[in-house]
Amino acid sequence: MGVKLLLEKANVPGIRSFEVYRREGGYRSVEKALKEMNPELIVEEVKKSGLRGRGGAGFPTGMKWSFIAKPEGVPRHLVCNADESEPGTFKDRYLMEFIPHLLLEGLIVSSFALGSNDTYIYIRGEYAWITDILEEAIEEAKAAGFLGKNILGTGFDCNIHVQRGAGAYICGEETALIESLEGKRGNPRIKPPFPAIQGLWMRPTVVNNVETLAAVVPIINMGGDEYAKIGVGRSTGTKLISACGNINKPGVYEIDMTISVEEFIYSDEYCGGIKGGKQLKACIPGGSSVPILPANLLLKTAKGETRYMNYESLSDGGFATGSMLGSGGFIVLDEDQCIVKNTLTLARFYRHESCGQCSPCREGTGWMEKILYKIEHGKGSMSDIDLLWDIQRKIEGNTICPLGDAAAWPVAAAIRHFRDEFEWHINNPELSQTSNFGLQHYADPIHVPA
Amino acid sequence: MSEQTLFKVTIDNITVEVPAGTTILQAARKIGGEVAPPAMCFYSKLKGSGGKCRTCLVEVAKGSEKDPRPMPKLVASCRTTVMDGMEVKNITSEKVVEARAGVVEFLLLNHPLDCPICDQAGECHLQDLSFEHGKSGTRYEFQRRTFKKHDLGKNIQLHMTRCILCYRCVFTADQLTNKREHGILDRGDHAEIATHIEKSLENEFIGNVIDVCPVGALTDKTFRFKNRVWFLKPMDAHRDCPTCSGRVTLWNRGDEVFRVTARKDEWGEIEDTPDGQPGWICNTCRFDKKETSDWVIEGPREINRHSVIAQGHYSGKIGTTKPNETFTAVNDGRTPQLLMDIHDESEVNQPSIHLSQTKGPSHGETFNNNKA
Repeated sequence: MGVKLLLEKANVPGIRSFEVYRREGGYRSVEKALKEMNPELIVEEVKKSGLRGRGGAGFPTGMKWSFIAKPEGVPRHLVCNADESEPGTFKDRYLMEFIPHLLLEGLIVSSFALGSNDTYIYIRGEYAWITDILEEAIEEAKAAGFLGKNILGTGFDCNIHVQRGAGAYICGEETALIESLEGKRGNPRIKPPFPAIQGLWMRPTVVNNVETLAAVVPIINMGGDEYAKIGVGRSTGTKLISACGNINKPGVYEIDMTISVEEFIYSDEYCGGIKGGKQLKACIPGGSSVPILPANLLLKTAKGETRYMNYESLSDGGFATGSMLGSGGFIVLDEDQCIVKNTLTLARFYRHESCGQCSPCREGTGWMEKILYKIEHGKGSMSDIDLLWDIQRKIEGNTICPLGDAAAWPVAAAIRHFRDEFEWHINNPELSQTSNFGLQHYADPIHVPA
Repeated sequence: MSEQTLFKVTIDNITVEVPAGTTILQAARKIGGEVAPPAMCFYSKLKGSGGKCRTCLVEVAKGSEKDPRPMPKLVASCRTTVMDGMEVKNITSEKVVEARAGVVEFLLLNHPLDCPICDQAGECHLQDLSFEHGKSGTRYEFQRRTFKKHDLGKNIQLHMTRCILCYRCVFTADQLTNKREHGILDRGDHAEIATHIEKSLENEFIGNVIDVCPVGALTDKTFRFKNRVWFLKPMDAHRDCPTCSGRVTLWNRGDEVFRVTARKDEWGEIEDTPDGQPGWICNTCRFDKKETSDWVIEGPREINRHSVIAQGHYSGKIGTTKPNETFTAVNDGRTPQLLMDIHDESEVNQPSIHLSQTKGPSHGETFNNNKA
C-alpha cells in the first residue's frame, strides 16, 4: 500500500459531514496555520514541499503563490478551479463529492496564505449535485467558526463562494475561468498580464486546482520537508489518478508517484489489469490532451528503462517517445480499440469546445475533425495524413491559450505512433468499416491470460 | 514629470527608439513598410482589441538587454510590449513566415471568397493579407460553413460567412455606444456575430462598425451593390455636425456621393481629429448626407495603401503628379509607348483602308517609323 494523504479517510462513514471530518482530525491545519503560522511561512512550507499544480501543467505551486502582486489596498483573490472537464479526468469530482471538507480546509489555509477574504470555487456546470454538497459543507464550516468573520478568533475573515459554470471546457483555462466568473463570455485573456497581477476584477488572483489546494492540508499538517520526502525527484507528494478505459477496476487512485506504470495497470491494488484478459494497446496517461503512447513506449522509455507514474518519467523522451502526467486522467485502450476513431472522438471534443476567439484553433480544430471523420469512414487519402500533421503543427503554439496545443497533441501523437493504422484505414476503406487494425506490432510485453 | 523612458528595439535588423509600453506592432509601424506585421484584429483606437487573429505573430530572438533569452513561442506583436534591447524577427524569420501562411489559410478556410460580389473588395484587409502572405490554393475540400441570416436594420448589412471574428465591432459598440446590442453568439467555428433577439442596430455611432470591419462582413447598406470602390474618387470633406467631428471621406463619382466613411490612415485605421481624438463619425453623416451640397470639400484624399483602391488614384500629396511622369520616374526615365498611341498608328483602325490591304496589326516598329 502506498502512502495516502488525501483519500486516507475517504471511506470513513459520514466523512462528508463536518462532525465526522472534524472527529477524524480535520481542520487541524487551519488551527495550526492561523494560530501558529503567518502567510509567508505557509508559502515557504508549500515551496519546500515541492508541490506541483495538479491541474495538468505541473507548475510549482509555491512559486505561483509567491508571484502574486500585493499592492496596498487592493483585495486579492484565491480561485479554486473545479471546472474539471478534461475527458478521462474525474479525480476532483471524487474528492469534492466524498470529502468536501478537505477542499474547504485547504482553501481556508491557502486563502490565509494569499490574503484572500473572498475565495471562489468555480465548479463545472455538470457537477450540479456537488455544488449542493459544497454549499452544505460551507454552511457547516461557517457554523463551526472555520469560515466567515474572525475565524477562530484570529481576526482573519474568509468567505467561500461556489459558482457553477455553464458547461464549457474552455472555462477550465484560468483566464477564461476568471472571465466567466466575472459574468462575461468565457474567452481566455491574452497574457500578459498574468492573473497574479491582474486577475479577477483586475485584482491579483491565484487560480489553483482542487487537488492542489487539498494537498496544502497534509503539507501544513506534516510540514513541507516531510511532504517532499514522499515521491521521487521533483514529483513530490501523492497524486490522484483517475483510471478509466478497458481495465478491470476503473476509479480514482491515490499514488505516491514511485510506482511503475506497469504496476499501476496490472496490480490488483490499482487498475487490476486489462479487462477480459485482452492486451494493452495504448494509453493516454494524463487526460485527453496529452500525447497517446503505444504499450511498448508506455511501460518502458525509449532507453529501455522502466517508466514510473510521475511527472519526469512519463515525460521522458519528450513528445517523440514520451507523454505527460497532465491531470492524471489515465485512459487505457485495449487491442480492440481503433486509434483513428479514438483520435476522431478527441478532435470532435476540441472542435466543440474551442472558444472561437483565435483563428488557428477555431478553424483548425474543425478542419482536423473533418479529415479524421473522412479517414475513419473509409474516404481518406494518403495525403490527408500529412495534411493533418501540417495542420496540427500550425495550431500548436500559435494560439492564445493551451487549448490549441491540447487539440494538436493527440492528433500529432496518434500519427507519430500509429501512422500505419491510419494508412491501413486508407488502404482498406471497406475492411476498416467492419474490422479492426488490432495490435500488429504494438505488442504488449506482458500478456495476462484471463 | 520624469522624462519618458525610451526603449531601443530592433525589428528585422532595423533599430528604432520607442517609449516604454509601446507594443512591438506599433514600433514596427513606426519603421513602416514590410517590417510592420499585418493585423486583422488589432485596432489601436479600440481598447482591448488584438491578439485574436494571430497574423501579427513575430519571433522574439532576444527578450531584452537584461534578460536576453528568446521567447519560446511566437508572440502576438500587437499585444506584446517592447523591452529595452529587444530583438524581433518578422519577415526575416522563416518560422514567422510559415506560421503566418498557416494563419492566412485558417482565416480563408471558411471564407466564401465571394470578392466579385463583395462591397469590401478593393479595400479588404483579408484580400491584401492573402495576397501578401498567403498561398495560392486551399487544401480545404469540405463545404464552407454558412449561417442563418440576421438583419441588423436599414443601415448595416451583415454577411456572417465573410466574418473572421476579429471582435473589432464588438469593442466598437462597447466603447462608442452606451449599450452594446450585438455580440458573439456560440463558440468555436460556429461562433457568429449577431443580436441575440432579432434587433436592428440603432445607435447614433454604430455605423463605425462598418469602418472597423477588416472584411466585408459589415458593409454599408446605403452603398450596397452601388459601385466598386476603385471606381470612386475619395475626397476629404467636412461639415458642421452637432454630434461628431464631421470630418469624413466622400467617395464620389462625378458629382454623386456614393458613400461616406471616416478618414482612414495607411493602416486602415480611423484618423485622429486635430484635437487628438479618434475621428469616429455619426450615422447622420455616414448614411444620410449623400449630397455634395451637404459638405465642404477639402480636396482629394491621399490613399496611402498598398491596396487596389490606390491604383489609378492619387498616390502623392494633394496636387498630384501626373501619371505620365510617374511612369517615367519608375521606368528609369524611359517614356512608355502607350497602347493607345500604337492603335492610332495602326492601319487596322483606319476605316479608309480596306482590311485586306493592311499589313496586319501595327507594332512598336511601325509606330516609331511613322513618328519619325
